[in-house]
Amino acid sequence: MSPSFNSMPGPSDKLPQLPGSLHVNRRLAQWLRFLPDGTIEVRSGKVEIGQGITTALAQIAAEELDVGVARIRMVSASTASSPNEAVTSSSLSIQNSGSALRYACAEARAIYLEAAAVRLGVAATSLSVADGEIICAGGARTSYAELADDALLEREATASAPPKDASEHRIVGTPFARLDLPPKIYGQPRYTHDLDLPGMLHARVLRPPSPAATLVSLDDARARALPGVVAVVRDGSFVGVLAEREEQALKALDTLRQGAAWREAETLPDADALGEWLKAQPVETQVVAQRGANAAAGAARTRRARYTRPYLAHASIAPSCAVAQWDAGRLRVWTHSQGIFNLRTDLALALALPPESILVEHVEGAGCYGHNGADDVAFDAALLARSAAGRPVRLQWTREDELCWAPFGPAMTVEIEADLDAAGAILAWRHEIWSNGHVNRPGRAKLPALLAAAHLEQAFERPIASNPPAAAGGGADRNAVPGYDLPAWRIVSHRLLAMPIRTSALRSLGGFANVFAIESFLDELAAERGEDPLAHRLRLLSEPRARAVLEAAARRANWAGWTKREGRGHGIGLARYKGSAAWCAVIAEIEAGREIRVERLVIAVDAGLAINPDGVVNQIEGGAIQATSWTLKEQVRFDRTRITSGSWGDYPILRFSEVPAVEVELIQRPQEPSLGAGEAAQGPTAAAIANAVYDALGVRVRDLPITPERIVAAAD
Amino acid sequence: MPQFHLSVNGSELEVTAAGDTPLLYVLRNDLGLKAAHFGCGTGQCGACRVLLDGQAVASCDTPLWAAAGKKITTVEGLGDVAHPHPLQSALIAEQAGQCGYCLPGILISAAALLERNPKPSESEVRAALDQNLCRCGSHNRIVRAVLRAAGEGAP
Repeated sequence: MSPSFNSMPGPSDKLPQLPGSLHVNRRLAQWLRFLPDGTIEVRSGKVEIGQGITTALAQIAAEELDVGVARIRMVSASTASSPNEAVTSSSLSIQNSGSALRYACAEARAIYLEAAAVRLGVAATSLSVADGEIICAGGARTSYAELADDALLEREATASAPPKDASEHRIVGTPFARLDLPPKIYGQPRYTHDLDLPGMLHARVLRPPSPAATLVSLDDARARALPGVVAVVRDGSFVGVLAEREEQALKALDTLRQGAAWREAETLPDADALGEWLKAQPVETQVVAQRGANAAAGAARTRRARYTRPYLAHASIAPSCAVAQWDAGRLRVWTHSQGIFNLRTDLALALALPPESILVEHVEGAGCYGHNGADDVAFDAALLARSAAGRPVRLQWTREDELCWAPFGPAMTVEIEADLDAAGAILAWRHEIWSNGHVNRPGRAKLPALLAAAHLEQAFERPIASNPPAAAGGGADRNAVPGYDLPAWRIVSHRLLAMPIRTSALRSLGGFANVFAIESFLDELAAERGEDPLAHRLRLLSEPRARAVLEAAARRANWAGWTKREGRGHGIGLARYKGSAAWCAVIAEIEAGREIRVERLVIAVDAGLAINPDGVVNQIEGGAIQATSWTLKEQVRFDRTRITSGSWGDYPILRFSEVPAVEVELIQRPQEPSLGAGEAAQGPTAAAIANAVYDALGVRVRDLPITPERIVAAAD
Repeated sequence: MPQFHLSVNGSELEVTAAGDTPLLYVLRNDLGLKAAHFGCGTGQCGACRVLLDGQAVASCDTPLWAAAGKKITTVEGLGDVAHPHPLQSALIAEQAGQCGYCLPGILISAAALLERNPKPSESEVRAALDQNLCRCGSHNRIVRAVLRAAGEGAP
């Protein structure tokens, strides 16, 4: 695994290489701490975003330390005390944080065994550990609790204590109940949204009506006079209100809206011609990959097709929320950001503060599927809290804020061409992408990426989204290189240099559209040859683990035994996420009535050693259902001026009665490295559904979402 | 500000707030009951649902005055670690959740369903939960959990 773009400040140092995030967080005490009560605090810079990472990391620590998971206390990430693991993204947490914890805990265990050996006057090799009790073969015993001494881990890690071999695992690789679910199910305060600090004020922001709008005038007299209103804040086009009570802040927001005059401009693309618009913008062009010649000599013909996806919203069930408090020039922020250190960097830039003056603490939020509004709302809260005279300020974004102002997953156009010989065999393959950049996260540039930074009187220029390098899995080009045995290919990515609609990372980045396009196009070629889609893929596929997931899914779905019935179809999608993470094959079975109904998704996944197999299955199920929603229903709507999909009515997502049955077969490979799985199902699911629609109707829909209107348009 | 008499999870309480205050904010901010969650403010997502005289309603667009005098039940009142509601036990048994933010509202809808239909079919469960949105894709596990709780005789 190459060092990740996402994980940390570049390890271009001369230090001995240490595993995962241990390399840049080298002190063992940063990772864990033994307490005299027999518990062990474990710190990770990776955060719980609904994916179950806390549980998997606790399993890893418990395994290496030989204690029950109940003894592990996972400590929430904080810039004051946690290892800096940058952003929890790209399905890299097990690879980065998990491997760091494996080695740190193995080494800590060895250090404590040495201390035990001294205390007991025996050889360390005669000692074993059982749930924290350190036992000598001769009968003498002590424990981690008895030996607990912070000084023991105040040293640099060496990774010299070997972690357990997979054959010795008792906790890792076993389904484990999520640690965070019971408190959530009992309704205990858990989320940033639930913070209730003494003296806390409630805030709302008056967002502009459209992305390019500027505030001309604001009559805030009526709002200021409302009961409970503590302050109205205006800085350029950024406006917010603080009140004693939450409903008072909401009322003041409505009143402020009536008193605001905005200048708007038609800066948005034509929503009905997005595919063309993307191709007409100024771009920066990059050849992502090239194998063999551009075009095949001796090609009998060339097939080409264009695929598009719209802008997509994160649409988490909770609008973003943050709490901020100023104390004598120092700022404290509670946030559900994916990257507390990165957020701190941008807050420091935007507020002209030294980073040391800012403390950022992670508190869970609702499901996070990429760069949502978490960082933005934290900055908003920090701006508003300056008028709170030291009181903490809780800012809750509205549903409309979240659906209109959190960064969107970018719209994309993907064109694929294949040169074919007379028999229809692929001689050369060309894949071209037009898209805004897929990453615009805080903490990576000279300019703050925070939403309100561009609305201030002293405005910061809004950075244009970029793409991670191919070595980190790429952005728009993620999964654009086919995983099949093709003799030649050329992959080109055009990144837009204009960004009228703000974009950033959404689960699987460009992988969703690229896999949808590649797997749809392969089916089109198979259909032309009259070849079965499964046979067609297997013929082009020599990678054994890719074949294994495809064959497992086909077997489980009884692909070969499918009986064709009017209006029903089945289809396949396959990819290895990022070309380096989990393999995932999806078979969709659909019924095409008035609308497309996905009846069943059968999925096989290979994530190497799955630390928590049920956690992986849960992520794959969830990803597949979310991808079904993207594929059938979702698109950000806008006119030439405003984003218009600001409510659940305008941005519908899949409901309980529309959700397909999902069956997941996990291919557990205990001896193989763990691979990120949280985003692996997105692209294959979309492709499988599109291919099933073709199978059912003979209509190839190349533009997402696959709505009844799109099917009619594609049939014409 | 006027005073209202509320009956919440079996306790009788007085609350001082404007009568048009959404019940959600009273529960969360005045009474410290954080299980009902804000999701949209317009009754479209189900995250804020509570039982009002046994009916599942959106507390975000139920004004305080309309809740006064009625029996309000939140997830805190359904059960706790020591005495879990069968639906809570079933959600844990099925590992039915990812971020969990939608779960309290879903618990309320499911509790109302089982109250009026103790042995629902799968499609009846799905229909009863159709006004609750889940974004993580935990739907099928949640449906299994509701069926499991029904099978075990909830409530």
